[in-house]
Amino acid sequence: MRDFRRVIIYVILIVAFIATLTPFAWMAISSFKTQENIFTFPPRWIPEDPTVSSYLELFQRMAFPVHLRNSIIVTVSVTILVLFLSSLSGYAFAKLRFPGRQRLFVLFLVTMMVPAQVTTIPVFLLLKRLGLLNNYLGLILPAGASAFGIFLLRQYMQAIPDSLLDAARIDGCSEFRIYRSIVLPLCMPAIAALAIFTFMGTWNDFFWPLIIMTHESMYTLPVALANLNAGQYATKYNLLMAGSVVVTTPVVLLFVFMQRYFIQGIALTGMRS
Amino acid sequence: MSIKRYSIPFLFIAPSLLLFFVFCFIPIIVAFFTSLTDWGLGGASFVGFRNYVELAGDPLFLRSLKNTLYFTFVGMPLSVLSGLVAAILLNSSLVKLKTLFRTGFFLPVVTNLVACGVVWRWLYNPQYGVIKWFFELFKISSPNWLGDPRWAMPSIILMATWRNFGYSMVIFLAGLQSIPRRFYEAATVDGADSFRSFIHVTLPLLKPTTVFVCIITTIGYFQLFAEPYVMTNQGGPVNSTLSIVLYLYKNGFKFFRFGYASAIAYVLFFIIFIFSLFQLRFIRHTVEY
Repeated sequence: MRDFRRVIIYVILIVAFIATLTPFAWMAISSFKTQENIFTFPPRWIPEDPTVSSYLELFQRMAFPVHLRNSIIVTVSVTILVLFLSSLSGYAFAKLRFPGRQRLFVLFLVTMMVPAQVTTIPVFLLLKRLGLLNNYLGLILPAGASAFGIFLLRQYMQAIPDSLLDAARIDGCSEFRIYRSIVLPLCMPAIAALAIFTFMGTWNDFFWPLIIMTHESMYTLPVALANLNAGQYATKYNLLMAGSVVVTTPVVLLFVFMQRYFIQGIALTGMRS
Repeated sequence: MSIKRYSIPFLFIAPSLLLFFVFCFIPIIVAFFTSLTDWGLGGASFVGFRNYVELAGDPLFLRSLKNTLYFTFVGMPLSVLSGLVAAILLNSSLVKLKTLFRTGFFLPVVTNLVACGVVWRWLYNPQYGVIKWFFELFKISSPNWLGDPRWAMPSIILMATWRNFGYSMVIFLAGLQSIPRRFYEAATVDGADSFRSFIHVTLPLLKPTTVFVCIITTIGYFQLFAEPYVMTNQGGPVNSTLSIVLYLYKNGFKFFRFGYASAIAYVLFFIIFIFSLFQLRFIRHTVEY
């Protein structure tokens, strides 16, 4: 009976596992085919003569190096900005006293509930007025204040004993020094989780870059891929799959190597809120 | 003295506060006032609630509302339920290689949504698609998935389930692991077999987790955008996958009707708010053990 149940469970899990990974496999396989032999039925799971010509076309004849650079600039900048600003505010909300602290924090949390689309039109018009359309700052600045990041780090910092900070204050440490030399090193697991979430969220973001970046030279990778998918290349599936591999790979690698932080972070934030 | 004392905490939060007010708090208020104007390329004048009245009679908006509700209330239970099943199977003491399975199931969650849409458009291809091939293995002929108005939304729902069930699974796994062993021991002492202890111990104790997963998934699903943008050429065929956010995007950034688009945003906000409140109420009445 136990063995029977074990077999059933494994069969379900393995079928689901294969079904979940097939799209990835098919994406990778198709990206190594040529335009001539991509259209075969039944599907060919092993390409006849695998080639990297699709990748070469994306990177040599099309502007993918530029899109890749745009994605990297935006993602790295947003991640650094969010980590820095959220840890500063998280520290203030967790460990410093000032009037309106509680009310401000609640305000941050409440606005987290408002769907991002509500602010889209006013922020777009504001950035247009400031001349920040088709500018990296138009993607970076609005992402800088992360209510989620402040919340996550504040929760984590509250667990640091006050006595430790008071001892440092008596020794004459400034608040900034305490933040940098004591609080930040103690918060590394939470900061790592926030870094991964922010990197992934920014890299994968589509709606906002689609609105802000209208010149092709400023497209991030997802926007460039969506553009490729809709235009004259809509049926060049080998190119589209190669583009998908390029967009997908950095985050998948990040996830596979950092998944401990990742899953802990999700479970943590998930259970707390 | 007190200014100096509070100036340091203020310096710590000032940068976040500035960005937060400029790009979040004030725009939320401005969006509401924008929704009371006919702001477009030609200028803006105050029109009261006319945009909202127009929305109530706009067949395309009503279509997008219907489509979004269809996507959410068919897709959300599917992805939550399959996430729950995956979590329960993975949590079984009979299973080894848990990390491998978990990694595989979670992989779609971290994958770029545009790439997912592009890849699934290829999988659904009516002539050369892998899915057509799969159905033909069982001698079943398949419809023209994304090209058929009746099948386009179910196709997107299937893709969304594939992409999101891993997220529910991870949260359910955390929920399962937080149930104290002594509850199961007590159930065993009382003579419950594993099926009954699942029904009477696991499921009730998993209720807060379930409500949380449902709320998060519902909020995300109401904001359906990239899938129809990429997979069905922005809401086709014949508007069968036009979603609220897609309609907002078209009004705001194709037709430049900023007032009307803001009104759509507020309706979306209102719908999400009501459903979240409704689901939260459900949790308050039931979590007592």
